[in-house]
Amino acid sequence: MNGLKSKHLLGLEGMTAEEMGVILDTAASFREISERPVKKVPALRGKTIVNLFFEASTRTRASFELAEKRLSADTVNISKSGSSVAKGESLRDTAENLQAMKIDVIVIRHGAAGAPHFLASLLEASVVNAGDGAHEHPTQGLLDIFTLKGRLGDLKGKKVTIIGDIAHSRVARSNIFGLTTLGAEVTVCGPPTMIPPRIEELGVKVEMDLRRAIEDADAVNVLRIQLERQKVNLFPSLDEYAVVYGINRKRVAMMKPDCIIMHPGPINRGVEITQDVADSDRAVILEQVTNGVAVRMAVLYLLCEGVQKEPPPVDAAVEEEKTDSKVT
Amino acid sequence: MDADQIRRAVKRISHEIVERNRGTKGIVVVGIRRRGVYIAKRIAEYIEKIEGAVPFGALDITLYRDDFQVTKNIQTRPVVGTTEIKEDITDKVIVLVDDVLFTGRTIRAALDELIDFGRPKQIQLAVLVDRGHREFPIKADYVGRNLPTSENEIVEVRLTEIDGRDEVLLGEMEE
Repeated sequence: MNGLKSKHLLGLEGMTAEEMGVILDTAASFREISERPVKKVPALRGKTIVNLFFEASTRTRASFELAEKRLSADTVNISKSGSSVAKGESLRDTAENLQAMKIDVIVIRHGAAGAPHFLASLLEASVVNAGDGAHEHPTQGLLDIFTLKGRLGDLKGKKVTIIGDIAHSRVARSNIFGLTTLGAEVTVCGPPTMIPPRIEELGVKVEMDLRRAIEDADAVNVLRIQLERQKVNLFPSLDEYAVVYGINRKRVAMMKPDCIIMHPGPINRGVEITQDVADSDRAVILEQVTNGVAVRMAVLYLLCEGVQKEPPPVDAAVEEEKTDSKVT
Repeated sequence: MDADQIRRAVKRISHEIVERNRGTKGIVVVGIRRRGVYIAKRIAEYIEKIEGAVPFGALDITLYRDDFQVTKNIQTRPVVGTTEIKEDITDKVIVLVDDVLFTGRTIRAALDELIDFGRPKQIQLAVLVDRGHREFPIKADYVGRNLPTSENEIVEVRLTEIDGRDEVLLGEMEE
């Protein structure tokens, strides 16, 4: 298998280990491109990609845009303010108008869970979910997995602990879907108000005691406290959160000596993670960012390359191979 | 070609490279994935024995292919491999190595990719087999064997590193 089954990337839920493997292998090859003097390959020349961001973003948006540019695709960026969305145009109308301009891929970030799925059902273009509400953020999940694999090797049986606001975190959900598919043991930990009921059904362990959650982990993924998504106060104060769940030097000392610390960004320094830990050599936060570009290049390349079809009948396959070998 | 003939051809090419460039100064041997890389590695090893060590690199041209928009069946598409050019190639003499030279389209892609890494002083081309039928104005500087073929024949190069043994086979394409 060397392609994807779907022409969209909506989430990691239901994606097979094999498909993830294709994306991660391709990403490994793409990482080198960003180290070149000329950081550009002509693979997606002539493709048009629209980045439709209804929510604020620095990392994801810059990462997607760089990934697109390094593959030579043409890009258009649309954000909520400054577009007709601000005038009240519906998501459907916005998307259909963009499609009428003959685009190949839409990368969408939206506050509502399911917005990318809605577009996928509507459009001819490929849809990439860059974060939908508190649902999924598949490319973040993939880049976290890529970083974990780079550091830990095969993830089967590896212990990954996710700390923080699990209920509001699309990063947590994509990580959980991806990591459990690859055989990692995922533990979630955080204030009880931020652990969704029945989360165990996704195949994760819930641990309320922070020490127990981190002491034998191979990696700890520290989530950002998403103040913007909380409708009620789920914990008394940021200071208290920092005291009870913040990752500081004392807590790093409880971890295994080779445990790595991840954070999807943006960091609230001094809240979920202290300054010194975030900047320590245990943290792989900037490595995650570097890997993010390669992973997004891989996703866009594979989606534009076309969907994996059922294997053709043997004769046709042989014929194809032969015509192909002409390009020697 | 059998294993001995391949060995002699690769050895001769290595000698020719050293002779034409009057030594190994500034030479970087770069193989095109997949089989070109192994031939390039062998050439680099021979050159090391003859004259001295030369840097070695690998090029994956998948992203530079001109049939990306044409070939819709991705079953036959290769998975993107890694390009490893660790040297600064500016002002170097690049010896590009591939197994079979046919239409010249692969070499065109490789030239485009190489130029993204710097401005080499010169690029030379070494191939194990030149089977003719060029579609681009491209010519090899070092050729292991000129093999006149018809367009519906298949030249298959097998190398120990990938296929378990060294040989070059000429087959008929079944219509």
